Amino acid sequence: MLNDTQRKELKRFSKQTQMEIVKMISHIPAGHIGGSLSITDVLSVLYNKQMKIDPENPKWEDRDWLVLSKGHCGPALYAALALKGYFPVEQLATLNAPGTNLPSHADRNRTPGIDMTTGSLGQGASTAAGVAAGMKMDEKENYVYLILGDGELDEGQVWEMALMANTKKLDNLIAFVDYNKLQIDGRTDNDEVCDLGDICGKFEAFGWYAQRVNGHDVDEIDTAIDKAKEHKGSPSVIVLDTVKGNGWSRIANTAGSHSRGVSPEELEEALSEMQAAMDEIQ
Amino acid sequence: MSKIILAKDHGKDVMDMRNAYCETMIEMAEKDDRIVALDADLMSAMGMKPFAKKFPERTLDCGIQEANMIGTACGLSVWGKVPFAHTFAPFCTRRACDQIFMSGAYNKANVKVVGSDPGITAAYNGGTHMPFEDMGIMRGFPGMTVVEPSDIVMLKDLLPQIGEAYGMFYMRLVRKDVRKVYDEGSSFEIGRAARLTEGEDAAIIASGFCVAEALDAVEMLRAEGIRVRLLDMFTWKPLDEEAVLWAAETGAVVTAENHNVINGLGSAVSCLLAKKKPTLVEMVGIQDEFGEVGPVSYLRERFGLTAENTVEAVHRAIARKNA
Repeated sequence: MLNDTQRKELKRFSKQTQMEIVKMISHIPAGHIGGSLSITDVLSVLYNKQMKIDPENPKWEDRDWLVLSKGHCGPALYAALALKGYFPVEQLATLNAPGTNLPSHADRNRTPGIDMTTGSLGQGASTAAGVAAGMKMDEKENYVYLILGDGELDEGQVWEMALMANTKKLDNLIAFVDYNKLQIDGRTDNDEVCDLGDICGKFEAFGWYAQRVNGHDVDEIDTAIDKAKEHKGSPSVIVLDTVKGNGWSRIANTAGSHSRGVSPEELEEALSEMQAAMDEIQ
Repeated sequence: MSKIILAKDHGKDVMDMRNAYCETMIEMAEKDDRIVALDADLMSAMGMKPFAKKFPERTLDCGIQEANMIGTACGLSVWGKVPFAHTFAPFCTRRACDQIFMSGAYNKANVKVVGSDPGITAAYNGGTHMPFEDMGIMRGFPGMTVVEPSDIVMLKDLLPQIGEAYGMFYMRLVRKDVRKVYDEGSSFEIGRAARLTEGEDAAIIASGFCVAEALDAVEMLRAEGIRVRLLDMFTWKPLDEEAVLWAAETGAVVTAENHNVINGLGSAVSCLLAKKKPTLVEMVGIQDEFGEVGPVSYLRERFGLTAENTVEAVHRAIARKNA
């Protein structure tokens, strides 16, 4: 449960993260903005409330881990990490610049606070399960959080992992699906590409504890994580109903927001819309 | 440091690789609690049930899902374990190629990928299961160390070294019978070829079971008065440059591999020689064909991997040198 102060803090952090994302992408011709904007609320709940972390010591061995399997949304995670103090916020302007430590896709060997290198969809599912299995072998009580894209569920590897993780009782693995309903070629909830159907039902059929919440409501996300932690014996999935491009109405809920540029005029527009939302929180 | 003791009766005894693999893995796991074994429903085929019985908590049989097995192994290694992940060679290097690349090599993980039944040793499983390209695929990934032990003594010596060295490895491994090449007490250094015979007329650079065939070839050639240098190039990457140049001093190099010559050992050796010391090369190996079903004895003849084929290649190389 969040108190009022916490709720406001989490909402503000999410909005700040969004503002940093649009600024980062405004420096380059195009970036993965839509799917970055849709996960800032879950990142806020994780990094400010739920995860055991130490920004001063990113490799702290008692930390919880986060695997961003939809690795192309690195900009969202970079912004959250910078705001948490893992590295200077000014560094965000180097996204995709030659020699940068902030490449498009998350890279654990370059960026402090990134726990796993990802980018080829589906693969973070298995590496996250591997870390969870390692924690179990060493009798650690930490959690591994895994963020999957909804389009990513097209990948067979996700379901290979789902079968195995339940068999091996990896209840320290908590996955999220960023169900923003859009992938590059169309919707994920009809026959435009592949119809995902009942995502919770699918995971439940694999033995997982599944919940579906509003992915832009920090209270609902926080409560769902608490319940997932209480659940023992099988992994958990939390399907987040989200909006691709959330926070900037020009691109919200469009497949085109997957990867696009942000012109100086658009940056001003997006930031002012986000600032207005921020002011409402205060 | 390497210590090479060529078995006097080399090529005569036949030994089962699986038992040596499992025994050595158990020995390693007893000393190092980071050692973990993963498989994709071929643990029985690989003879690893004794390991699973002894270390159930460090065994992960993922079922028939190679991509997830490799990914899980990569995650385990980033956590701090030392995973050995086995399946048949085509199913790791072809099917889980991108997982080995991205979750493994690019991620700078520490997984030891073990691909069994390489090349024609897939025998009765036939062409679908017969990888002639696995080493070439793996050699193309930055940071991968790529090895092929030629007998049990070498396997037992290499495994602990592979476990102790941080980084991605691919080891192709005959699962069943291999001919003895080395005596107990031999030791090997990864990245350093074993120099087995001396000679000035030509050189053979061989790998895997082709080493035992090449030893036969060396004797056959000696009977003709031809003396050749023989290298066991069990590390394909990093390739032992010094040893290849030593072979090239003869002016006639023959490579012998249970693999497609395209992107294989012959290609690796030729590429190095083209840069450092242009030398004529003859290649014994698969000439860009798919495999087929049959006993190894038949397939060795069918694909031209016998000692006689190696002798013929040496003849061709010497004739070209003297032309």
